[in-house]
Amino acid sequence: MSDELILEVVTPEKMVFSGKIEEVVIPGTEGEFGVLRGHEPFLTSVDIGELHFSSADGSKKSYYAINNGYAEVTAGKVTVLIETAERSDAIDKDRAEKAKEKAEAALSQLAKEHDDYEKMRLALIRAITRISVAEKSSLN
Amino acid sequence: MASLKDIKRQVGAVQKTKQITRAMNMVAASKFKSAQSKMENFRPYAGKFMDVLNSVAQRVESAAHPLLAVREPKKIRVICMTSDRGLCGGFNTNLIKATERFMRDKSKDGKDIALISVGRKGRDYFRKKANIVSQKVDMLNKFDMTLASEIGDEAILPFIKAEYDELYLIYNQFVNVSIQKPTVVRLFPLPSVGQESDGDADARADYAYEPSGEILLQKLLPMYVHVLVYRALLETSAGENGARMAAMDNATNNCEDLIRSLTLKMNKARQAAITAELMDIVGGTEALSKG
Repeated sequence: MSDELILEVVTPEKMVFSGKIEEVVIPGTEGEFGVLRGHEPFLTSVDIGELHFSSADGSKKSYYAINNGYAEVTAGKVTVLIETAERSDAIDKDRAEKAKEKAEAALSQLAKEHDDYEKMRLALIRAITRISVAEKSSLN
Repeated sequence: MASLKDIKRQVGAVQKTKQITRAMNMVAASKFKSAQSKMENFRPYAGKFMDVLNSVAQRVESAAHPLLAVREPKKIRVICMTSDRGLCGGFNTNLIKATERFMRDKSKDGKDIALISVGRKGRDYFRKKANIVSQKVDMLNKFDMTLASEIGDEAILPFIKAEYDELYLIYNQFVNVSIQKPTVVRLFPLPSVGQESDGDADARADYAYEPSGEILLQKLLPMYVHVLVYRALLETSAGENGARMAAMDNATNNCEDLIRSLTLKMNKARQAAITAELMDIVGGTEALSKG
């Protein structure tokens, strides 16, 4: 068993994070899960949600709002491939609030069967996630 | 012969044009650079994604997913991906021509064709000529994966509902700065993935999947569409700016040639004026001395 855990967070735009960590918590489709070193290798899809990890010495915690992708866990390495990732201090909270209001307004107007319903529902979840992640940073 | 003043004005005008084309060349060059680095940054994502997709697809027995459903192609949709702005040589023209040719071939077989237009130039051209079901304009200057997933998801939903049977993507493949190749790619039904086996994928065989491989594949396939669309967008953006660089470089050179020949003409005109004046003076003095 390797004695360190490396995390890579990759989006189409850039390598968001790459480095040694202590622990990472990932919002999997089947529920949130944490990975420590020596975790069983597996592959799972990732939903909209909050990813957070603590640095190798446990001193720093980082929060990200992420969206749609998958996570691959192998011995000593976690690769998270997602379409977007925003670090908590980079989130524009006002914009997220506005997006939330807009999505809520749209949802109250749309019938459930409408094509856009699912789209707006996801937008709402994204906005809520971003707001909650943005609040996390202020606690650190 | 044009007067000295006229030629002078012409030279001034060409010089100004040259300044503009040179500036546009430099702007295109810097945009090209950023587009290229975007492509560079996308590579690790695309590479890792394909690895996983292939290894999952190999492990899943019957890849029965709505996006892989083959139906008799009666209704076809075409995504035509052009740039938003012109002044980039034959970049858009070539692509539009390729799209028209493709649509003509398909409609000959009696197929119903609808167009999804990405980029203002294609939209403007096809606005009255084709049935545009969806359009995305003024997005290419600054875009990210969100745009690709929007385009992808808007196409996925009606395909799953069997509102159409095949989707093609036509875009300019980026070969190098001066060559962009119009390329047709079939998106739906997705060509089956994970056929070619490499050692790397086999090495991952001792994985646990959560949820099951089938469900995972269902999630990965739409992402695969996003990846394909995003790559096409990146290549379009790099190709557009590369083409504009080349076009503006040409224009600048032409301006220089024009200035050179105009200057020559101007010097000749000036020389002729001086000669004429001298003749006048000489004639005048001769007339005086005779008197």
